[in-house]
Amino acid sequence: MSDSTNTIETFANQEYKWGFVTDIEADAIPRGLNEDVIRLISAKKQEPEWLLDWRLKAYRHWQTMTEPTWANVHYPPIDYQDIIYYSSPKAKKDGPKSLDEVDPELLKTYEKLGIPLQERAILAGVAVDAVFDSVSVATTFKEKLKGLGIIFCSFSEAVREHPDLVRKYLGSVVPTSDNFFAALNSAVFSDGSFCYVPKGVRCPMELSTYFRINAKDTGQFERTLIVADEGAYVSYLEGCTAPMRDTNQLHAAVVELVALDNGQIKYSTVQNWYPGDKEGKGGIYNFVTKRGACRGVNSKISWTQVETGSAITWKYPSCLLIGDNSVGEFYSVALTNNWQQADTGTKMIHIGKNTTSTIVSKGISAGHGQNTYRGGVKILKSATGARNYSQCDSMLLGDQCGAHTFPYLEVKNTSSQVEHEASTSKIGEDQIFYCRQRGISTEDAVSMIVHGFCKEVFRELPMEFAVEAQKLLGVSLEGSVG
Amino acid sequence: MSLLEIKDLHATVGDREILKGIDLAVNAGEVHAIMGPNGSGKSTLAQVLAGRELYIVTAGAVTYDGKDLLAMAPEDRAREGIFLAFQYPVEIPGVSNMYFLKAALNTIRKTRGLEELDAFDFLNLVKEKMKLMEMDQALLNRPVNTGFSGGEKKRNEIFQMAVLEPRLAILDETDSGLDIDALRTVAGGVNALRGPERAMIVVTHYQRLLNYIVPDFVHVLSEGRIVKSGGKELALQLEESGYAALGIEDEEEAVGKV
Repeated sequence: MSDSTNTIETFANQEYKWGFVTDIEADAIPRGLNEDVIRLISAKKQEPEWLLDWRLKAYRHWQTMTEPTWANVHYPPIDYQDIIYYSSPKAKKDGPKSLDEVDPELLKTYEKLGIPLQERAILAGVAVDAVFDSVSVATTFKEKLKGLGIIFCSFSEAVREHPDLVRKYLGSVVPTSDNFFAALNSAVFSDGSFCYVPKGVRCPMELSTYFRINAKDTGQFERTLIVADEGAYVSYLEGCTAPMRDTNQLHAAVVELVALDNGQIKYSTVQNWYPGDKEGKGGIYNFVTKRGACRGVNSKISWTQVETGSAITWKYPSCLLIGDNSVGEFYSVALTNNWQQADTGTKMIHIGKNTTSTIVSKGISAGHGQNTYRGGVKILKSATGARNYSQCDSMLLGDQCGAHTFPYLEVKNTSSQVEHEASTSKIGEDQIFYCRQRGISTEDAVSMIVHGFCKEVFRELPMEFAVEAQKLLGVSLEGSVG
Repeated sequence: MSLLEIKDLHATVGDREILKGIDLAVNAGEVHAIMGPNGSGKSTLAQVLAGRELYIVTAGAVTYDGKDLLAMAPEDRAREGIFLAFQYPVEIPGVSNMYFLKAALNTIRKTRGLEELDAFDFLNLVKEKMKLMEMDQALLNRPVNTGFSGGEKKRNEIFQMAVLEPRLAILDETDSGLDIDALRTVAGGVNALRGPERAMIVVTHYQRLLNYIVPDFVHVLSEGRIVKSGGKELALQLEESGYAALGIEDEEEAVGKV
């Protein structure tokens, strides 16, 4: 056993491989938050009056709210007046019009991360709307998508070019008053991605956005809005890696998805933000609100996430199953190592008839990591014939970490079915020895067993993401078991 | 020089000394049976040779192919050709048998300076070896040992051995839990692997297995020491008169005879 514990510790001692800071002149505003700051953000982005009013309304509501404390995570109080709420790479003229105009330093950063841009994007068949800090700097494949009537652009651009669509759907799934972090985001969000797939169109490629937090002490507040109109289909990938940092950084994004009749949205995330060092110093606070509304009949929203980064994760991608026969899915792998804490899960709210939801959650804890699954399944009276299946598995590496499960089930009719399965396992010393006796090193054995554990979730990821996710798990666990 | 040389080997688990001075030399091409009652140290010897860290070697030396075996990590021993067929094969949920074995084979091949096998060549090799073990191909795609019957697990061990082609195979109570048909198949698989380059140590409580895998040498282990060595006839003697005739206590003797 001692050997196994040692290796777990070695694993846990891995340094963050993707930490570097790009030296770019940032255009930042002073620390702190008040109505003037919000006006300034809105002005810098040349926003219409209605959006400023929307932000201000959110801000005023936020001031009446208190930070939630029910999550199973612990961190020192956040001073919201000590945060810089807006920063963008300094524009040379008025903003880059092509890749040639993009700061070469920035492109190098993406290169290091292996993000497919330019030719790589074409080879990989991925359209990238790259958000660097807060402003989108490059968008590829736009023309091709445009031909199909698909809108895929930065949020700011959507506000300028498609204000009616934005106004119609913004805040319709996550209202400004939804929760503390969502209200904050609504007040100060800087940019993000917008996607609209029109009636009957199947988006032919995986849409992808890479978010990065780069300027020091800049909270990043993205806003993402994806709409699949009737019969439309879109698969969206979100992936993140962040450079190394000393001070904690707040990240409070909001993602809203809307699927109309027969519309489908598949949303996949690989999250690898800086988790803090071995002693638990630094790391990103990831307080995200993600929610999808299956508004139409037979609509479907599927969330898949692989969460390996961040010091603290507070995240519950959820589905509102409003349309009859609509389907919600949540597939999750959450890994906590060293001193990371994750409180993550989902909410499935069944409103329409014969709605179904599936939850598969895999939590892996190593080092001193604490991993909490928190899931809510609510079947309203109107949701006759609704079905839910939840499976929630935890794996422990070593004996210093923890796994917690809080499933909440609420069923208000008699024709519905809810199933919940849970398991906890430990990578055993005997398993590791068995592998080693066959010539497989401890690290390979751990990664093999962990991948096996996560297979059901990885299967849901688009191909290129699945590969990346496997690598990421390997890197995040390197040196962790014996 | 022998392939494996064990000199005055002492090993403890916790504060109990299990092996109290083992001496044994095994040459390539030989099959040695280690017999003895429960608690005599048979399985401990097998585990120590494979490098299980639960057991602490307190004295003695083991050389394998001229190298200090005790200084090698378990995976390095495996890569150098030591294979342990486990008494209790371990379940690894989520990892397919096929994937597991391919990873094992390719690390071992790499150590031997051979090219790694691709999926096609591997599948061909595996199919051939499965026939030998009369194994159901469906087992390949199932997670390692997970939900296997006792017999399937033991077959799977020998099947792995057939694929990995070790230089020194240690079979730890491979016969336990097998019915007579399974025993015959498993023994057939083991016999097919006998050869001038390969040595085997067969650890067993009962003589039964040795009817099928005929050893060149038999050693009787009692209280952590080899108390008697001989040819295959020694096993037959034990079968007839029991461990008690050698002055060895065996609480399982009464039920043990098959």
